[in-house]
Amino acid sequence: MLNTLIAVSLAYVAALFLVAFYAERLASRGRGAWLRSPIVYTLSLSVYCTAWTFYGAVGSAARAGLEFLAIYMGPTLVLIGWWWVLRKIVRIGRSQKITSIADLISSRYGKSNSIAVIVTIMAVIGTTPYIALQLQSVTLSFNTFLVESDASSGLYDAQSTAFWVALGLAFFTILFGTRNLDANERHHGVVTAIALEAVVKLVALVAVGVFVVWQVMGGVSETFAAIDASEINMWNRDAGRWTGILFVSAAAFIALPRMFQVMVVEIDDEKHLATASWAFPIYVMLMSLFVVPIAVAGLQMFPNGANPDLFVLTVPLAHGWNSLAMFAFIGGFSAATSMVIVAAIALSTMVSNHVVMPIWLKWSSRDLSVAGDVRQIVLISRRLSIAGILALGYFYLQLTGGGAALAAIGLISFAGVAQFLPAMIGGIFWRAANRHGALLGLITGFSVWAFTLFLPSFGPDALISKEIIEEGLFGLSWLRPNALFGINGLDSLVHALVWSISLNTLVFVLVSLVTFPNPMERLQGAQFVNVYDHSVEASSWSKGRAETEDLLLMSQRIVGANEAQKIFRAESERQGMLGYLPDTTPGFIQRLERELAGSVGAATAHAMIAQIVGRSSVSVDDLMRVADETAQIMEYSSQLEAKSDELARSARQLTEANEKLTNMSVQKDAFLSQISHELRTPMTSIRAFSEILESEGGLTDLDRAKYAGIIHGETLRLTHLLDDLLDLSVLENGQVKLNITQGNVADIIDQAISATHFSKDQLRIARNRADEDFAVTTDIDRLSQVVINLITNAAKYCENDAPQLEISVRSVDELLTLDFIDNGKGVPTALQDEIFEKFSRASDRAAGAGLGLAICREVMANLGGQITYLPGQSGAGFRVTLPAT
Amino acid sequence: MDEKKRLPVFLERSSYRRRRARDASRVLPVLSLFLFAYPGLWALDGENGIVLSDALYFLFAVWCIAIIVAAILSRYLSEPVIGEHELSDLKAGE
Repeated sequence: MLNTLIAVSLAYVAALFLVAFYAERLASRGRGAWLRSPIVYTLSLSVYCTAWTFYGAVGSAARAGLEFLAIYMGPTLVLIGWWWVLRKIVRIGRSQKITSIADLISSRYGKSNSIAVIVTIMAVIGTTPYIALQLQSVTLSFNTFLVESDASSGLYDAQSTAFWVALGLAFFTILFGTRNLDANERHHGVVTAIALEAVVKLVALVAVGVFVVWQVMGGVSETFAAIDASEINMWNRDAGRWTGILFVSAAAFIALPRMFQVMVVEIDDEKHLATASWAFPIYVMLMSLFVVPIAVAGLQMFPNGANPDLFVLTVPLAHGWNSLAMFAFIGGFSAATSMVIVAAIALSTMVSNHVVMPIWLKWSSRDLSVAGDVRQIVLISRRLSIAGILALGYFYLQLTGGGAALAAIGLISFAGVAQFLPAMIGGIFWRAANRHGALLGLITGFSVWAFTLFLPSFGPDALISKEIIEEGLFGLSWLRPNALFGINGLDSLVHALVWSISLNTLVFVLVSLVTFPNPMERLQGAQFVNVYDHSVEASSWSKGRAETEDLLLMSQRIVGANEAQKIFRAESERQGMLGYLPDTTPGFIQRLERELAGSVGAATAHAMIAQIVGRSSVSVDDLMRVADETAQIMEYSSQLEAKSDELARSARQLTEANEKLTNMSVQKDAFLSQISHELRTPMTSIRAFSEILESEGGLTDLDRAKYAGIIHGETLRLTHLLDDLLDLSVLENGQVKLNITQGNVADIIDQAISATHFSKDQLRIARNRADEDFAVTTDIDRLSQVVINLITNAAKYCENDAPQLEISVRSVDELLTLDFIDNGKGVPTALQDEIFEKFSRASDRAAGAGLGLAICREVMANLGGQITYLPGQSGAGFRVTLPAT
Repeated sequence: MDEKKRLPVFLERSSYRRRRARDASRVLPVLSLFLFAYPGLWALDGENGIVLSDALYFLFAVWCIAIIVAAILSRYLSEPVIGEHELSDLKAGE
């Protein structure tokens, strides 16, 4: 029978290999959609049900009543609440290409490798005994058959069974778990094999259960009667422990490395969670359905002494159902192997990504683009890690020698990984959670767990001395492992859970509150907490220094040539380029980092890219650049503003010019009617008087002379007007001939005053002749024409009872200025611009063609000087400037 | 409630259902936890005639109901929701 068992086991293992191989082949060819179905996903979650639960649940039921149910109910709670927590973890896992739970936590806290290392170490410490437990269960179950068949030869002793099982598992795991460094880190072969094992173990347990209920007990009602009659009825009624187990199993379901591997890393589609949310609870419910009947049957059959952990095997065996027992053995074997395989993959990923690779990177500080094949190194380190982890489990089993201490390790291990929970849940729901808080919280929780639960579990004087257990650390009674801070009488698991989780959470929260996260952490925190908000994009790489070709070379070494080229090609297309070398935009480097993270973990990928790009995180420089960009934008907008101001000014000037033109046009019209009037008036009188002279007889000589005088005067006026117009026209066209001579300003003014010969009543002229003694080289006649004009204007327009004109002459900076200021009302501001225009008249008070000032302006312009209106004086003020000689 | 401020006043029936399914998916684990932990409280009573099979009946009944409710809810929850819609839906639903 033993040989049959070995043959069946080997055949089963061979079948597993075939299934894994076939699935791997299908997946690599892109076929086999069923491999990615929600049912396979749900079944793969069954790595939760290990040999410990397969055999141990019955044992636990026989010893402690319904406690085992709580271990299955915890995961049920997590799954039916998937929308809350699991969905978010899975979404984060997919968007950040998370490879393990250590990767998740370290990514969240700024890709800190120290956190990853701590989590990895904790996971290894928590999982190794668990692997040992699986090896032990296979050994024990195998030995059951050994005893039955009396073949106690040296070949089949317990140690060698464990050894061969460990070796075979290592081989399988290495073969299918490190087959490729997939960017998605999925192992279709392994997952399919696990799903098959899930079916086998469920069917095996249900088969034994059906056998017990209907064959051994004789029906359902009889079974319940037997249950109520059995000693299990006296189940351990400890509400605290019951709730504690519910909690710790729920926590472990999320935080166990192997669960994280199948649930988050290997998931193909987020929608699978929706199916698993009800399908997996059905699975675990079926797993636990027949546990109590089997335990009761076992207790009935073996009243004293027999190991209740093996009832699943011994009950069918005792009834002579050897094939069923063998099937049950295969079921237990499945449970053990699937757990070991997935745990080894998960742990090896963590160890190689967070311990080996960083050390290797540091050790080989060479340029990554020319260094050896990283891909190969990652694979080798994974394979070695798998072998190492299984060896660790095997030696652990050898050292502790198995037994009850090991059986208790299941819940202890759960409590250990539950320490990840505060950092994990806090990290995805609380943005302010930071690295220091997570690190210290993890260390605190882990230390308390080790001190109160893990170390004492080996018994006194095994790992910690008896004195410490009985009298407390350093002899302080409030530091006893079973009664921390004086809390006595609690169940040791509950005691350890309460203290480790609460202190862990407390330290995590308090430290997070008082310390400050670095920019990388804050970016990652925002991405994790707001993972449903796709717009959040952390930019952590600066453009420029990364050489695309180096990046391509490095990527090829990590994800393989084809995959790397595909990524680069896609990026080229995205950028609208041909070929394989896209621009190294920050966005591209970030996407590339994610892809690489899928193979070697976030922290390592980040460090590797940092070696090539040269910048490893969000630095002050990055923030400064962001600030610079802002400054540039602001500068640009201020330039725009200036431009628009300029435009507004031009527009205003144009408007002014337009107004002036309109005004002038109006004035011109006014002038035309004025000049018509001016011309008409003398013409009318000339015509009238000349008609009188012509037709009327009997005029006296006196009258005739008088009329002729009027005609003559009017003709002079007309001539004068026409002269002015002609003069202006000549001046404007620059055709004037200047007669430049030497002269004296005082003489010129004297001459002008005498030419105007106004009486003192008409205009009093105030001047200081002594101050006017300046020599000037100019056209004297023209200059005096200007002065005459100004004096005449003052006489004409000054509105004062005693009109007065003050003339002052100065020489400033090579310029001679002559100011003419009267004591009238001055020129209204609105008209000051226009008075120098032709035909412009400031008032209608005196008749005039409005040409005087226009002529003055033209004359001065021809003389190389100018005439301006001088505002802010007692009356109208004009300033004539001309270059001094 | 947010819904009151939004236009139109009443949500489309299907999205209303989806939101209530989300609410329910949060209530379900809490309620289940309470019911799962409930047998632990029986222990306080001591001898009151409750036997192991009663506890088994109760726990498995709760378990079945929780699974059935979860299965019904998962149908509403896994309906595809498009991008930003989801975000605004989430905000409005809370």
